[in-house]
Amino acid sequence: MASRIEILNDGGFRSDGRKQYELRDISIDLSSQSSADGSASVSHGLTQVVVSVFGPREAKMRRETIHDRANINVEVNVAPFSAGERRRRGRGDKRILEFASTIKSTFEPVIQTTLYPRSQIDIYVQILQQDGGVLQACINATTLALASAGIPLLDFVCAVTGGVHSTSPLLDLTTLEENDIPHVTVAVMPRTGKVTLVTMETRLHVDRFEDIFRVACEAGKVIHKEMRAAVKERTGALVAAMGAAPRVAGAGAEAGERDVVMDERIDDY
Amino acid sequence: MRPPSPSIPEREFLFTSLKQSLRLDGRQLLEMRHPTITFGTELGWVECSLGKTRVVAAIDAKMVKPPPERPYEGTITIHSEISPMASPEYEPGRTSDEEVTITRMLDKVLRRSDAVDKESLCVLAGQRVWHLRLTVHCLADAGNMLDCACLAGIIALKHFRRPEVEVIGDEVTVHPPTERAPLPLSLHHTPLCLTFAFFPESSSKTATSTSSTKTTTVLDPSLLESQLATGFLHVALNAQRELCVVQKAGGVPLTEDEILPLIKDVAVTRVRELDRIVESRLKEDWEGRKTFVEVR
Repeated sequence: MASRIEILNDGGFRSDGRKQYELRDISIDLSSQSSADGSASVSHGLTQVVVSVFGPREAKMRRETIHDRANINVEVNVAPFSAGERRRRGRGDKRILEFASTIKSTFEPVIQTTLYPRSQIDIYVQILQQDGGVLQACINATTLALASAGIPLLDFVCAVTGGVHSTSPLLDLTTLEENDIPHVTVAVMPRTGKVTLVTMETRLHVDRFEDIFRVACEAGKVIHKEMRAAVKERTGALVAAMGAAPRVAGAGAEAGERDVVMDERIDDY
Repeated sequence: MRPPSPSIPEREFLFTSLKQSLRLDGRQLLEMRHPTITFGTELGWVECSLGKTRVVAAIDAKMVKPPPERPYEGTITIHSEISPMASPEYEPGRTSDEEVTITRMLDKVLRRSDAVDKESLCVLAGQRVWHLRLTVHCLADAGNMLDCACLAGIIALKHFRRPEVEVIGDEVTVHPPTERAPLPLSLHHTPLCLTFAFFPESSSKTATSTSSTKTTTVLDPSLLESQLATGFLHVALNAQRELCVVQKAGGVPLTEDEILPLIKDVAVTRVRELDRIVESRLKEDWEGRKTFVEVR
């Protein structure tokens, strides 16, 4: 199906006005749901995803507990109004099950589950709007939700999509671009630069794949910066709120010192 | 009841031997088991085995009315099942994680990659198209059922012959195979799937250090290796060096330089070899059938 809209025109601009390697606007909102232990709402351009994390808590089903680790349970729900056409997907839908198991296996080696044996960590993903890069948004939101729940992670997991439009690599694709060009989703752990997730479902030549793979790994680090800034801002707000509580004699100076130590620790990440 | 995971002595033994680049069945680290392909009497029935892993695939075709949004294309449905006789882990009716992976990968490798030319399946636009039904049954699990299933699926598609159809105006006549020789399906390319399993160098259970631990990579894992692996990479590509599916879902994180050579060098050469094996087996089978029925 030939596209009537140019993916990349001669001036180097894409259909939504971005340049080749430009990412969409990222907006992050942490702890939006007060009932969950941790939550995050992430939007990449028009793609919006909300993730709530509960745990570690007692496992609902005894037989799913593992004696030396926490069990991670991921459930994904796609809102019927999220895509162009209204469509209700059942919970047993294979594509959604695969989505959930992809997210679960991405985070299993990252969450320090050995600290919480016989317990369960529930991750509920709600996809509100789909405009390309849904898996990318889910993974980024899950990382932030886990961080906001205070669950210890080895590192952030930052995901980005990339595609190739006849030899030119593009980053962060919209639905229009995803339908047209071969694309890949890559998730990296920025501290070590290692890759935890690579998925590609469209045909692409091996050499083109190498180009976009390398570019996407670099882009993961850019997303990491945004996520770090959001976490730092939120933690800063929380610390300031704690510091603004009525001071008891002697506690005032300690609160001030705590702020400095907290800032230094955050810079390490 | 959850199946018992491998015992500690088994795990230690496997990890120690992998560190010395030894595999328990004597293969090299990046060596595949040789596939054994058997064809049934019917065209489109294939049994594929990789060592003790066995998978059967069969194709069935019938004419249906196409959906209104795509009147010029035929349809393919893939039905896959893991029989409980494959392994005590699988129960009928309960979809295990493995089953979901196999179903989704088959779908991606055979349907989404456009292996079959769907427009050639159209008989009368808007009224009659061929509907292909691929059924894949996993009979025995000795590790890597996924590759075996994809291989069986694509060979079945190559082996199958559909009846010839004559269209005069609006009339459609289907000629049975005894009258006119059946036609092969038109395939754009032959995607073949490979699975790599990863094991970390450090055999400590809590690998909390992010220092550079080199991972051992193994191609076509056996049952014990798949149970103890910490990560998998599934790659499907064709002999023209085009990647159809790349799937590394979580598992131990790897650097770009560990993943790319596997895809660029190892996978490409293995797929070329596999392609040659598949083509030669198909040719052999045809020579055998030519004496009974005329085929194209």
